[in-house]
Formats: sequence, C-alpha cells, structure tokens
Amino acid sequence: MNILIFLAPAAICMGAIGLVAFLWSLRSGQYEDMEGAAHRVLIDDEED
Amino acid sequence: MADTLTAGCPSGLSAPADTEASANLAAFVRKSAQGDDVLELMVEGASCAACIKKIEGGLLALPGIADARLNLSTKRLRVAWRPGAIAPEAVAEAMTRLGYGAKPFDPELAQQKIDQEGRFLLRCLAVAGFGAMNIMMFTTPVWFGDDVGPETRTLLHWFGALVAVPCGLYAAQPFFRSAWKALRAGRANMDVPISLAVVLTFAMSITETVLGGAHTYFDGVTMLLFFLLMGRYLDHRLRERARTAAREILALQAVTARRVGAGGAIEAIASRDIAIGDWLLLAVGERAPCDGVIVEGVTDFDCSMLTGETLPVPARSGDRILAGSINASRPVTIRADARAEDSAVAELARLIEVGEQGRGRFVRIADKAAALYVPLVHSAALLTLIGWMLGPLLLQAMGFPVADPSLRVALTNAVAVLIITCPCALGLAVPAVQVVATGRLFKAGVLVRSGDALERLAQVDMVVFDKTGTLTLGKPKLVSAPDEASLMLAASLARVSRHPLSRALVEAAGAGVAAAGAVEIPGEGVEAVLDGVSARLGKRSFAAPLETDAPDGSPELWFAREGTKPLRFVFADALRPDAAEAVAALKARGLQVEMLSGDRAGAAEAAARAAAIGDWRAGVTPAEKTARMQALRELGRKPLMVGDGLNDAAALAAAHASASPGHAVEASQAAADVVLQGNALMGLVEAIDVARQAERRSRQNLAFSALYNFVAAPLAAAGFLTPLIAAVAMSGSSLMVTLNALRMQGRR
Repeated sequence: MNILIFLAPAAICMGAIGLVAFLWSLRSGQYEDMEGAAHRVLIDDEED
Repeated sequence: MADTLTAGCPSGLSAPADTEASANLAAFVRKSAQGDDVLELMVEGASCAACIKKIEGGLLALPGIADARLNLSTKRLRVAWRPGAIAPEAVAEAMTRLGYGAKPFDPELAQQKIDQEGRFLLRCLAVAGFGAMNIMMFTTPVWFGDDVGPETRTLLHWFGALVAVPCGLYAAQPFFRSAWKALRAGRANMDVPISLAVVLTFAMSITETVLGGAHTYFDGVTMLLFFLLMGRYLDHRLRERARTAAREILALQAVTARRVGAGGAIEAIASRDIAIGDWLLLAVGERAPCDGVIVEGVTDFDCSMLTGETLPVPARSGDRILAGSINASRPVTIRADARAEDSAVAELARLIEVGEQGRGRFVRIADKAAALYVPLVHSAALLTLIGWMLGPLLLQAMGFPVADPSLRVALTNAVAVLIITCPCALGLAVPAVQVVATGRLFKAGVLVRSGDALERLAQVDMVVFDKTGTLTLGKPKLVSAPDEASLMLAASLARVSRHPLSRALVEAAGAGVAAAGAVEIPGEGVEAVLDGVSARLGKRSFAAPLETDAPDGSPELWFAREGTKPLRFVFADALRPDAAEAVAALKARGLQVEMLSGDRAGAAEAAARAAAIGDWRAGVTPAEKTARMQALRELGRKPLMVGDGLNDAAALAAAHASASPGHAVEASQAAADVVLQGNALMGLVEAIDVARQAERRSRQNLAFSALYNFVAAPLAAAGFLTPLIAAVAMSGSSLMVTLNALRMQGRR
C-alpha cells in the first residue's frame, strides 16, 4: 500500500491541472460570448 | 466583397435593421486602459457568422480602427481606435452602410459590468466539482475495501482531508457570506444551516481522522457543496438575464437630441444634457426626448404610446408635446420646457418603480419552504444530540445494560442529521424547473424576465388587456373604399405622406407610383393635380368641407377631385389575427378577461366585440389603469396586465404579473415580466400553461425533498447513517429533482 504515497498525490495533481485550466479559461473571458464562439469557427481566414 | 451589397445579414434570413444615422457619438466615447478611444454600440440585425465577419471586417477596413469585436450573445459591439484617428460618426456610418442598426449606449449606464458574482460562483462550482470528483479516489476504498486496515484507512482519510478541506472552504464562501450577512441582520436564511453543516462536518471529520475513527464525511460535504452551487448558479443566471435586459433598456433610452445652437448651427447632444429653454430639432420618425412646446413648424404627433390613441394628433406652433410622442409628418423645432429626466416619460418610470415596490412583497416559493425548513432541521439536530446524551442514562436508570453516553457519538449523529438534511435537493428543486421552463418558452418566442415572474404568472386569475397595439396591431387598416380605380388614384397622392392613414391606403392599393407634384400639407392632407384636375386627399375639412354626412367617429380619409363628389375611405385598427383565439383560450383556462383602453368608446367597443371580451372600458387614463390594478389586488384578485404603450407601463408594474408584445416601448418591456415576440398573442397562453406546469413541478420537487428528509433524518438521528448512504442519498435526491425538471422540456 506504500505505492499510495506516490499515486494519490499524482492523481490529485492531474485533477488540479484540469481545475487550473478551467479557471484560466474562465479568467480569459472564454465564456463571455458562447453564441459568438459557436459561429466564429465557421469564419475562414482570408489570407490571399 | 459581394456581401457588402446586401444590407444586413448576408444570409438574407433576417431583415436589415432600420438604420437611422445616430447623432453625436462623441458623448459616448470612453478611454480604454491602453489609451484608445472606445465606443460601445448595440447592434441590431446581427445573427450569424457571416454577420460577425462582415461587421468586424468592414470596420477593421476603416483607417485607424485598432479593434472591433462583436459579442453575438449580448449583441454588443466594441470598437477601439487610436485617439483622433477617426470620427466616431464614421463608425456609425460604416455600420449603416453595412446594413446594421447601431445605437450608442449611455456610458454610465452601460459600463459593462462583467458579471462578477456569476464568475465567482462558477469558480466555486469548479473547485467543488474538482473536490467532489477527486475525493472519490480516497473514499471508495474505505466504502468497499473490506481488507483496508485501520492504518491505510486513516491515511486515506488524511488524503481526503487534504482535498476536501481547502476545496470545501473555498467553495462554501458564497454560503458563508450570505449566512453571515443574514445573521448580522438578525435573520436566518437557508445558508445558515448549510454553513453550520459544512463547518461542523469538517470539524467532526477532522476529529475522527485524528482519532482514527471509521467514518468521515469529507466526500459528502464536497458533493453537497457541488449540488448546492449548481442550484445557486442556475438561479443566478436567471436573475442576471433579467437584470441585463433591464439595464440594456435603460441604456438605450439614452438617445441623442439635436440642439439648435446660436447662429442656427445644429449640434448633437445626449438627451440627458438637454437644458430647459433649449431649441431642439425633431426629425420625422423621431421620438421627443423631453416635454416641450413647438416653436416652428406644423406636423402630426403619434401619441399612441402615451395615450393609446391610434391616430396621430395634429400639432402646430404653440402646442405642447410630451416626451415619448413620435413626430409623424414634418420636421419641427421645439423648445424644451422640462429636462429629459423630469419629463412625462420619467414620471411614468417613477410610477413603475412604485408599482414594483408593491410587487416586492411577493414571497418566492423556495423562500417559503426555507422559512419552514430551517427551524425544523436545527431542532432535529439538537434533539438528536440531547437524545444520545440522555437516552443511555435513561436506559441505565431503567436497568438496561447499555454503554455510558459518549459526547463523540452524540455529536457525530447530530452532525449526520445536519448533513443529510442539507437542502441540496431543495436548493435545486425550484431553479432547475425554472431554467427548463424559461428555456422552453424562449424557444416558443416568449421571453420570461425572472424566475419569480414565472411563479406569479402561474397564480394569475384574470387577464386585463390594453387595446391599441396589444389586442390590435396598433395601425389602421382600410376597411371600406368606394372602388378600385379611385383607390389607385387616392393612393398615388397618399404615397408622398407618412401619415398612418396614408400608409394604410398605400398598403391596400399595392405597388404604384406617386402622383407628380403632390404636396403634403401637414395636419391637413395631400394636394396634387391629376390629369389637369386638382385633387385633394385628407381630412374632411380639407378635402370635403361641404360634405354633410354626420361623422361616425371612425378614422376616415376623403378624396376629392374638382367637379366630382368626394369619396370616403374608412379605416379601423385591425385586431391581431389570433386575438379572439387567445381570449377564448384564456377563458377556457378559467381566467376572467377584461379590456381597458385609452381610446374612444366606439373603437374600444368594436375591438372588444371582435375579441369577444364582455368587460371593457374606454377612455381610461394611465393613472386609472394603475388604480384599477391596485383595486383588483385589494379585492384579492391576481391580475395579469397585458399592454404595450408608455401609458400601460405603470399598470404593468402594478399588476400581479405583466406581459408586453415585442414591439412595445422600452419602458413597458422593462416593467413587463414576459415579453412576447412576433405578432401573436397565443404565446401568452403558452406562457401561462408552462408557468402553471412549472409551479406543479416545483411543488412536486419540494414535496419529494421533504419526503426524502422524512426518511433520511430519522436514519441519521438513530445513528444508522454511514458516509456511503449519505453520498448516495444526497446525489440521488438531487438527481431526482433535476430529472423531474427536465421532464418538462418535451411535453406540451
């Protein structure tokens, strides 16, 4: 059971990465315009 | 770029917005943190990806524009440019050229308050979710691993504490704050037992971990917070949506006015800067920003929003006009005799406020439940504590061989009662239903402004309609014409006029050309020479002064050609196509229907008869409408007011619940609980049906939560509760109420 000492913190760290990623996306305003985001993927870049 | 040729949305699905060049935008420009000039505009007519591309691309192509970003959810456009690089008017012109309406926001009202509280709740929800998921790694072995020894179990408990305590304390902040606020004010709300349960559960679980006990509730408490925050966030979203709508309406009222300065120079100002005595130029189609007196020009004013009258009222110099009336035919100059915020419209806004205060006494169903719940739960926990302390002593005294009372066992069981009865199902019960119900109504074109609006709508027992613009379309329609040929001739004159009766005549005649040289005489009619014969179209005194038929009060136009008998065209305000159907459907639901109109008795009677409404009153002033609402409420009735005009706004606010059609003036929309999109009244019936269904569903959910507590609380009090049972029971009950709410989605 000693392996728990390593596995448990590793698992928590992985969860924490997900949490930090979510908080970052929230802070950078990615949830401000849900409708616009859905439409913006359809816009082609015009680089000609 | 081909798509710049079409006005508005390139898909062609939505009509291009009415574009009016906005006046001076400089009043609305702000400075950004980077030192750029920033203008925020409310965009009309944008609906898809192509719109985003067209608007942003079109603006960025202008010289000097640093940034242009359209938020499609809020329909707000933010444009930034380096100071002096471009005039703000050029931005508005570009928008007009692209075919979208763009109105400035009042910078003070529109300060885009990023929804701080919503973000905070979402952060708490994320942290609680992280905690609830990760703690399962440490609690499932304890629940199911029969071979887990005491040392490993304690280690797992320590890991659990490591995750749960920081997450829990962070995520519980909204509850702690609200409970603290309530306690300081000497009240108790639902957050008091929640906070108490969270704190006590942590204290008990940490103690158990230190002492090497078998049961900790770290998992239960994080899960509880997760479910509670979900309910809290849904509820917040509903309220925020209503608040944003109100704020936008307020911000859009900040229209601009054109002031005639010294030497005749015209200068655009924000309407709140109007001073008494200013001369203002009022173009055709513009709404008067303040009360005033006409100093120059002759025109007609459309006062339908203020009085409920369908037809414009002629006005000439010296006549007083009220804020909110629309100039219908000729540009005029007025002298302001009240500031915008002291004008008639503002007075109505104050009436709305007063009406809403009366409505504030309404108690939400969830709050009623909480008032019952809080004392009950706390007494149960206290009784458990006392019972476990005194019970063993009592049994020993009676000669039973039981162990001595233990404070640890008594406390554990009391805390178990608190945690199991924690109102997570109760917290989700009502918001979940309301979110589903408002979402369903939204798809049906009915905008519900708040959760408690839905609750009030369900209780309504009578419906009071306004006539003009609500039961009727609010614009005249030709009902009788002499013959096709004269209709075409009369229409050729009418084409040069913006008067509603002329418009109705043109609509009936269809496409055609205007008579050459036709001239409109404001307040009278149109004059032209047709095939060498002079002709007149207009009111009786103008076109047919010798006509002796007694007028019957209906709106009419007379058409006269020299040497022939004048012809009469009769108009009526047409009923909405589904008005009679909607009234019948409301009656079928046991609601009493009444009509209050500011219009003449004749017109009101015709509309009431066509819609099959027995109770109607004509010539009712705004104050009388409001008084009628108050009288009805004093009688114990719960009236739903449906109206669109400014004259209805105060009555809307004073009624138990209120609805406005989509084209209603902003003030009425602000006062209304429900806004109906499109031209149909049947949405109202749908709204009442869904509201009633939602109420039933909320009650079911509350009853289910109560039942769950009746079963679970005695188990906890008796000491049979394990963390596994607690986790299953809590998530199970939350899931049940959510699923029950979702059942509403599809059913009609």
